Amino acid sequence: MITDTDIAVIGAGPAGCNAALIAAEYDFSVVMLDEQASPGGQVWREKSPAILHAPETPESVAGESIRNAISQSNVSHLSGVRVWHIERSIDAFIIHYESAGVSISLNCRCLIIATGAREYVQPIPGWTLPGVVGMAGATSIFKQDLIPMGSKMVVSGTGPLAFFVAAEQQRLGGKVAAVLTSNTFLDWMKALPAMILRPGLLFRGLRWITALYVNRIPIYWGHTVTRVEGECSVSRVEFKKIGKDWSPQGEPSFIDCDCVSLGGGLISAFESFQLAGISLEHRRDLGGWIPKAEQDGRTNVGGCFVCGDGAGIRGSLAAQTHGKLAGLSAVVFLGAEINHPIDELRREHTRAASFGEAMSKLSIPRPGLSKLTTAQTVVCRCEGITRAEIEDEINLGAQSMTSVKSGVRAGMGPCGGKFCQTAITEFIAKAKSCPVSEIVPPTARPPLRPVSVNTLAGDFDYSDLPISKPSPL
Amino acid sequence: MFKLAPNHQNDIVRTSKVSFTFDGKSLLAHEGESLAAALIRAKLLHLSDAPADGAPRGVFCCMGLCQECVVQVGGKTIESCRLPVSQDLQVISLRR
Repeated sequence: MITDTDIAVIGAGPAGCNAALIAAEYDFSVVMLDEQASPGGQVWREKSPAILHAPETPESVAGESIRNAISQSNVSHLSGVRVWHIERSIDAFIIHYESAGVSISLNCRCLIIATGAREYVQPIPGWTLPGVVGMAGATSIFKQDLIPMGSKMVVSGTGPLAFFVAAEQQRLGGKVAAVLTSNTFLDWMKALPAMILRPGLLFRGLRWITALYVNRIPIYWGHTVTRVEGECSVSRVEFKKIGKDWSPQGEPSFIDCDCVSLGGGLISAFESFQLAGISLEHRRDLGGWIPKAEQDGRTNVGGCFVCGDGAGIRGSLAAQTHGKLAGLSAVVFLGAEINHPIDELRREHTRAASFGEAMSKLSIPRPGLSKLTTAQTVVCRCEGITRAEIEDEINLGAQSMTSVKSGVRAGMGPCGGKFCQTAITEFIAKAKSCPVSEIVPPTARPPLRPVSVNTLAGDFDYSDLPISKPSPL
Repeated sequence: MFKLAPNHQNDIVRTSKVSFTFDGKSLLAHEGESLAAALIRAKLLHLSDAPADGAPRGVFCCMGLCQECVVQVGGKTIESCRLPVSQDLQVISLRR
């Protein structure tokens, strides 16, 4: 078991893999930790061992290539492990991770955090029903298990992902009832200049849309699902046209379906940065709270670097060069002289980022969006807490994320607030009439992922408790 | 051939099927696929009940974060999206 390394990389997506690979070229010991069985992250997620053969996709090809590169490198890849805590000592970082039910610590001189993103879904009535999945979530099942979700799916969300989900559902033999996108044709025209610079990706996007037209699947531009109906699973959705500020308007329409995929863009998985002591800043255009960092991944914490979508949603293309830049920064921090062309990498990253940033812009939440969350909508899924209950608490004086969390337990459940915090931030900001950037996330607490008490206790036994002799009477 | 709306359903080769149980009910799945996928195919979506109102919950984030697809296997709680199906796997849902 490795207990000490020069460089630890958390996350094995496009950013983490590239950071680890480039750092390993300089003869430093590099350990890359990831919770999946093999490298690739969410975007290049590997097929499950149940798939013996399947047609290639751009994601599967890119994933295979990076998996080969990692297996041929000197990077020690710890797969299927979950980092649950990061501590700092004077000149090192201590990473606590869980592996097969055992908690293990790893010391590193230098830490690269490439934890990527998760998905934002605006709470709407019925979004907790079985059969409702995130858009990014649907793609992870598509990539891993190559099955369609349900027999008839409605996709409703922002950005290019809505079309990718619909295209993949059809490619894997499923049906799509309709695609609803909050974006209008005009929104997409604004993104066109950035897309034209990436003709390959633009062409791919057009193919997704073509596949919908060929199968005569309606696309509702500037519409969104406003309610999911059903008893124990989804039976139909209610949807409405939305205005320029994304508030729902007019009379509702309905579509029968047994699966709904919802998504409002990606947000940084920022908790690891908080635990490492990195300052955050709020950037609506890059997915909300992200670490304050230079282009080369440097942060306010010496020896700790960030890269990839976790450092701001710019997409997998940018994440690859961002990973290289962060890997090189780590190498420089450890005192090596580098022979890679940094300036060229920076330019490449800027170019790739401009495409990703144009895509992220399509998902910037607009003021009317929170109107989709009615008073009786469950916002905190884990604890079943409604918007009304949260707003009552806010009106009673809970004016910060931390006070809402301790007041009504919203964000205290097993997910650790990952799926309700963004919505609650908007409610507090609205009540205080201040920008969301003033509502800071609650203090991050370990564990980053659920860890069993047995794992934490390790081989500790009650009989190990030192009990001093009772004092004489 | 270049197809405008490709359907690759029949071009995917999977492992042979194994049997497992979900709340005592015998089901089939391709060995090694995620339990979440096997249950989606079997149209078994209701995996747990919410703590406050007992409302049904199932697979939501599909990447090990939301904790709503957790089931019990051998006394341990585990996300069904992160659990590969093996022969004779015994799964108990957290439905009350």
